Amino acid sequence: MGYSKIRCFLFGAIIIMLFVSIKTQAQNLENGKKIYQTKCLVCHQSDGGGVPNMNAPLDGASNVIGNDIARLVKIIKNGFNERVELDGLYYSNSMTANPDLTPAQISDVLSYIRTSWSNKATKVTTVQVQQAIKGNQKTSAK
Amino acid sequence: MKKGIYLLLLSISIHFLAKAQDNAGLTLPTGFKANLFAENIGSARHIAISKNGVVFAKLNRADKQGRTIIRLADENKDGVSDNITGWANYGGTGIYLTGNALYASSNEAVFKYELDSKDEVVNPLSPITVVSGLISRRQHESKSITFDKTNNIYVNIGAYSNACQEKDRTPGGKGMMPCPILDSAGGIWKFDASKENQTYGDGKRYATGLRNVIGLDWNPQANKLYVAQHGRDQLNTFFPSLYTDAQNAELPAETFYEINEGDNAGWPYVYYDNFQHKKIVSPEYGGDGKKEGASDIKNPAVAFPAHMAPMGVLFYTGNQFPAKYKNGAFITFHGSWNRAPLPQEGFFVAFVPFKNGKATGEWEIFANGFAGTVDGAKITSTRNAKARPCGLAQGPDGSIYVSDDTKGSIFKISYQK
Ligand code: HEC
Repeated sequence: MGYSKIRCFLFGAIIIMLFVSIKTQAQNLENGKKIYQTKCLVCHQSDGGGVPNMNAPLDGASNVIGNDIARLVKIIKNGFNERVELDGLYYSNSMTANPDLTPAQISDVLSYIRTSWSNKATKVTTVQVQQAIKGNQKTSAK
Repeated sequence: MKKGIYLLLLSISIHFLAKAQDNAGLTLPTGFKANLFAENIGSARHIAISKNGVVFAKLNRADKQGRTIIRLADENKDGVSDNITGWANYGGTGIYLTGNALYASSNEAVFKYELDSKDEVVNPLSPITVVSGLISRRQHESKSITFDKTNNIYVNIGAYSNACQEKDRTPGGKGMMPCPILDSAGGIWKFDASKENQTYGDGKRYATGLRNVIGLDWNPQANKLYVAQHGRDQLNTFFPSLYTDAQNAELPAETFYEINEGDNAGWPYVYYDNFQHKKIVSPEYGGDGKKEGASDIKNPAVAFPAHMAPMGVLFYTGNQFPAKYKNGAFITFHGSWNRAPLPQEGFFVAFVPFKNGKATGEWEIFANGFAGTVDGAKITSTRNAKARPCGLAQGPDGSIYVSDDTKGSIFKISYQK
């Protein structure tokens, strides 16, 4: 194979890989949206706005677009029912746990809520979710 | 140039005239008008009004000055508050005035203040604790209050749960039998308002099986307590094989009860279905959407569409409104969230006609438009409602006042012959 042929092959491979990864990323978001609609929308609403005093907003929430992925994973897996201030306000409802969601599904729904509405944070990978689950297990065992 | 200024002045005055004439954005029956008595006072929950027309609003959280009871006086009598002060540092919902005693509730306790002859609070920093130690576990934590004619106070203690599942809000989860929450919550408790430092043991569970009541009032004609319950949520998300999204949006009814001592409204075991006109066994307790509950459970006096969240009840005793309103009940509806993915409903004040102290079973929308949508558009996400009706009280001239706990508006609604 000549030098230019190798270049051509590599270039083609990169294009195909990019294409595949964009496509799976779009599928992940589509999947995350479906999970959101069946498991989250009732409380957090279609625009991620939540319900004043009851259900925390996800749109614009500093924790949702922040870097503590382990905390987000824990909330989705175990539910959330604590008297804590979120961006200066309190919410009184108790959030349903999702023990049945797989790491891949959790990464999909997290990617969806971190990139929807006004949120422009990074997506979350399955590996990040798996690491977070391991880490969370260690800290809860302590 | 001059012409331009005149045009500008003209358009400004037209703007203000329009604002005054647009009834603060509300739609009302003919002959009624509304204006904003106050704006941006904070998360105004229930309100009470003195015989001199001073309005007291209980805030759910402290305002910027750290106050949670707001006193609003209209000294120049133009229908808009012009002297606003406040005190207290605990969030909550309940507020009630009897004579010169002002009662206010946190989410755990009820406090009593004394007002002087000018409706100024005498003991802002040292209220009397009437009741304390009431259960408050985030969900349904507000403690609404009302009084009968013999100085007894009725306190709602909401259930810290949706349907008493072993694990709250779990898909398919079973209900606990019997529901242990009912011993100390999920009902109305009665206390003697003249006593101090009371807790559960000093009071009496007056009614049970009420998931969460925020609006309650004494019907003076029937001499009975009336309460409006928030029905349970999420039939579709927890029992998708039994209920569709569209069915959940209409089930169960929000219910308004006449309460006698010892009554049981059936939560969590049953809910009220306003299409079958039956009390139906909850799916957490083996129900299938059709099976009927026990017959000794109280029937509602009036049933409303699901999830609209009744917040305040007021029996109208004034003489300003047309005769049909006398001794009837007004109810504020906060507006729903649990109808999603279908559009939300509520965000209005309803009127419930009464005859000889009994509800006729009918109801109608009295004041609408609080959500501030254009051309009747629906709210799809609850946060987009501009105002959400909450507290209700009657002024000395027979006008009624409605509070909003999103931006903190107080609407004054009057009738002109
Ligand atoms: C039953 C209602 C309900 C459902 C269903 C629900 N949540 Fe929540 N969620 C809440 C409430 C209430 C809070 C705040 C809880 C608190 O303050 O303790 C919350 C908090 C959160 C937070 C933390 C927000 C912050 O600012 O820290 C995230 C993230 C979240 N929810 C995501 C989700 C996702 C994703 C789903 C679906 C898989 C979901 N929720 C389903 C009610 C719900």
